[in-house]
Amino acid sequence: MNAPRWTNHDVEQAVGRVLQVGVLVAAAVAIGGELGMLAQHARLSADFHVFRGGTSPLWSLRAIGRGAAAGDSRAIAQLAIVLLIATPVARVALTLGAFILQRDRLYAGMATLVFALLLSSLLWGGGG
Amino acid sequence: MSLLAFTAFVAVGSFGAGLLGSLTGLGGGMVVVPMLTVLFHVDLRYAIGASLVSVIATSSGAAAAYVREGYTNVRVGIFLEVATTTGALTGAAVAGFVPTRALAVLFGLVLLYTAFRSLQSVQEHTSTRPSHPWATRLRLDGSYPADGAMRDYSVQAVPSGFSLMFVAGVLSALLGIGSGVIKVLAMDRVMQLPFKVSTTTSNFMIGVTAAASAGIYLHRGYIDPAIATPVMLGVLLGALLGARILSRARVTWLRTIFTVVVCALAAEMLYKGISGAL
Repeated sequence: MNAPRWTNHDVEQAVGRVLQVGVLVAAAVAIGGELGMLAQHARLSADFHVFRGGTSPLWSLRAIGRGAAAGDSRAIAQLAIVLLIATPVARVALTLGAFILQRDRLYAGMATLVFALLLSSLLWGGGG
Repeated sequence: MSLLAFTAFVAVGSFGAGLLGSLTGLGGGMVVVPMLTVLFHVDLRYAIGASLVSVIATSSGAAAAYVREGYTNVRVGIFLEVATTTGALTGAAVAGFVPTRALAVLFGLVLLYTAFRSLQSVQEHTSTRPSHPWATRLRLDGSYPADGAMRDYSVQAVPSGFSLMFVAGVLSALLGIGSGVIKVLAMDRVMQLPFKVSTTTSNFMIGVTAAASAGIYLHRGYIDPAIATPVMLGVLLGALLGARILSRARVTWLRTIFTVVVCALAAEMLYKGISGAL
């Protein structure tokens, strides 16, 4: 069968759907985490005037995954954020796949570069 | 303030930011950071982290709607993303060394520029001049649906557009914004792409740019779920509702409100930056 090759527009349309589903899943997980945080700490004083990020245990993907699996609501909410950050990364990955299918080497190369930069940022904090 | 009250106020404020941002097309991201720092006294780093997350949510959430219109130029998007992601990683790398006061002043200036741009009228144009040699070599030219037919357009000033996109990436990371206004400036004004192609391609790029620095900030502890979650959910809900009612809304009037809000926030950020009160 001589299937027509996917045009950029078809690819983008599919990618758009994938992203929408990703955002909805992330939002659902975030709502779960938020409700859990409020159920546990609703009366706690909210003071974010001082930055304590350096001591936050929720900076590595491993810690987030482990905490979420253990049912920690802060970790679950953070997992939702990781899922959300992953949606544009997935978008670039799918676009890269389309360029490879179209045998467009130049643009496959550019998409690979962007994908690698995003991945290194999300997985290792930009190589640090 | 208790966590419950904080979460509720921040969610409502973010909802308003997302709604106005999507109705005016200027994005809610640039209102979130001043709102969190000025109204809720949140540390600037937490505010930037939360804002970037909300920028990604609106960009990815709106992608399907934008794609349906068929204006996005994927090649232009990927090509310029090389500049915006490199810019964002550079911005995230130097963010720790830039004094908070300087960031506040920079933020105020970007807000003022956004207000200025929002007052100018949009002109749809198609460049018919021969493309920049780089554009030809990179096959950046495209076509878009206009008046029921596909209209071809050429692409100008590729090096200037690419450089401006690097700046957009740096600002996105430093200030936690989508930099949509600067991205549209680069594509619409500098590279002479049609306005609708510029705005949709800009949405395509905003999420990718924000994700580049959000990953780094996650590892640095800038993203606290207690702040980022209500911001993200509020902005997302507001943006989705905004897209729904856009055709029925009186946009000119809203644009004026939004411009006034942005100007007030700009003044506040400039004052805080100069006086060192942040």
